[in-house]
Amino acid sequence: MHLMYFTEQPMSAYPEQAGRDFGATALMLSNKHFDPVEGSRLYNNYIEQYMLAEEVGVDGIMLNEHHNAPFCMQAKANIFAALLAGMTKKVKIVMLGNPLPLAENPIRLAEELAMIDMISKGRLVSGFVRGGGQEQLATGVNPAFNRERFEEAHDLVTRAWTQTGPFRFEGNHYQHRVVNPWAVPLQKPYPRVWIPGVISKETIVWAAQQRYPYIALNTSIEQTKKIWELYDSVAADVGYVGGPENRGYLIQVHVSDNEEKAIENARQFRWMQGEFTGLAHPVWSTPSGYGSPTARRAFVEFASGRASNPRGETSFEQQMADLRIIAGTPKTVIAKLKRILEETRPGILALWGNDGRVSQADSLTCIKLIGQEVFPAIREIAKSLDLKSPFEANAPVHLKYSTDLKPAKAAAAE
Amino acid sequence: MAGVDWTDSTVEAGGVKLHLKRAGPAAKKARSVVVLHHETGTLDQLPFYDALAAHYDVLVPHHPGYSRSERPTWMRSVRDIAVLHRGLLSELKIKDAVLVGLGFGGWIAAEMASMAPADLSHLVLVGAMGIKPPQGDILDLAITGYIDYARAGFHDQKVFDRVYGAEPSIDQLEMWDICREMSFRIAWKPYMYSQTLPHLLGAVRAPSLVVWGDDDRVVPQSAAQRYVEALPKAKLEIVKASGHCIDMEQPAALAKLIVDFIGRE
Repeated sequence: MHLMYFTEQPMSAYPEQAGRDFGATALMLSNKHFDPVEGSRLYNNYIEQYMLAEEVGVDGIMLNEHHNAPFCMQAKANIFAALLAGMTKKVKIVMLGNPLPLAENPIRLAEELAMIDMISKGRLVSGFVRGGGQEQLATGVNPAFNRERFEEAHDLVTRAWTQTGPFRFEGNHYQHRVVNPWAVPLQKPYPRVWIPGVISKETIVWAAQQRYPYIALNTSIEQTKKIWELYDSVAADVGYVGGPENRGYLIQVHVSDNEEKAIENARQFRWMQGEFTGLAHPVWSTPSGYGSPTARRAFVEFASGRASNPRGETSFEQQMADLRIIAGTPKTVIAKLKRILEETRPGILALWGNDGRVSQADSLTCIKLIGQEVFPAIREIAKSLDLKSPFEANAPVHLKYSTDLKPAKAAAAE
Repeated sequence: MAGVDWTDSTVEAGGVKLHLKRAGPAAKKARSVVVLHHETGTLDQLPFYDALAAHYDVLVPHHPGYSRSERPTWMRSVRDIAVLHRGLLSELKIKDAVLVGLGFGGWIAAEMASMAPADLSHLVLVGAMGIKPPQGDILDLAITGYIDYARAGFHDQKVFDRVYGAEPSIDQLEMWDICREMSFRIAWKPYMYSQTLPHLLGAVRAPSLVVWGDDDRVVPQSAAQRYVEALPKAKLEIVKASGHCIDMEQPAALAKLIVDFIGRE
């Protein structure tokens, strides 16, 4: 079991009413509401949180990035990854992840990641994402080619990491005369790649085809089970058996030494007006061509205000009941996480510990309790359930490095 | 103008199947007027199309990737559409055509004219995209809701209600999304204009009429002046009490301007 700490790095000092008045909290909410003095304080708070997380023994620190929004201050995950590469000693630096389609030059991204891997002495996990719809607009990248750019940039980055240069790359979206970066990763064949996601079936299928672990982001137990059903069926098609080493899960968990306080702080997971990543303008969060064509009709109905969000909206109480938000003392939290582990069998677990306006003191208490009490218990439970991480299972980094592929039928029978 | 008989057909141009609506006088010799529609696609029937069909052989091809035409996934620029439409005219053996471009279709028409075909009869650009407005910006589809965007094309919202219905159908919204996706695929950056087109317009041989609504909130009127400067033989007409979609908002006035410009037959 690989156990991680995560925070969205909330820009909690922004005036909430400004977001409510504007009607959206991403892309076009003016950056006049961003205060760099508070920003500086918060960035340093987050560094303190990460350093404590390493001290109390987490296996990994999960990083991500978003743009033009208060719900996440990281505009470039590689900046924090580089800091952690130099400042920490043991933790894996798990990027979930770099938005590949936003890269105009994926070779530069490959170089940055290789540097992070070398500086950290091989502690990089290089996850990749498509980036949200708003991210495409914030960076001026064509949403209609999002998936094509994702797959092509992945091809270019992994080739830059593994193929001796110089070589030439002539793709549909990326053309490079000379691919010959002198910074290449320390880990061979290349750093592990994990793929986080929420709803896109296409991404689950793609991850399973690559044999990359898929990290389900705060899905309900039922949704998570459906994701593994799909992942495993694709795995069988390409000749391997999906298992815990292919499965990751991120969940909002706030731990405190006091049940009431834990629940009060956990309400901050809904601080962006109840939305996972803030109050979104539907047209900005799902620009045309970004989503799956099968979801087109549902999205235009939602975008015109005639239907509820197809991604679903649930109350705090319901999310607590569904175990999508867990809060309490270590004892309460461990019991609930045990049920999730039993039902969904992940080999990678990330706890999104603090959000919104939870104080730094309470955030640090949460991290301490996670590291010192929750994770040791989870490790024992994982052992009893035989939930191995990709590291423990020595899983191949990519399907093409597999030595155990079976004909599809044999894999399906297992 | 009731009673105009429109025919539907599929014509292949450059390997792409294009949907074509066509109508006109029974007499075979009528002049061909090719109407190039907006980036929001086109409704099947419009009074403006009927008004032109009373005089001319009117062709309304649906652009590749818009309305009823299939999407060529390889397509990357608005000039690609212009090339296909040139191919369509050759396929249909149409000579001495009049091009009437509406908004985004105006950009396509300008591209077609810039290829300097010897047989182009007249060019009519109505609130045309395709040139960077010297002042102001072209309204951005990507950050505007489907209905808000379509409404922005109208000076009088009651006219929008009559054309699309006060609450456009889900089918209409879905079609706008499909059209929008195609616009992103071919006109994302720079958004809705070409940096080379103004330089190529000097090659246009046909007389040109540039028409703009006096309340165009989609393409700033400064672009009209830029078109008039770039085209060798151009004149400008401003239509009062009209937004960007003059064809839908002031169909009779626009049809009259065109008939006066190209001549009644």
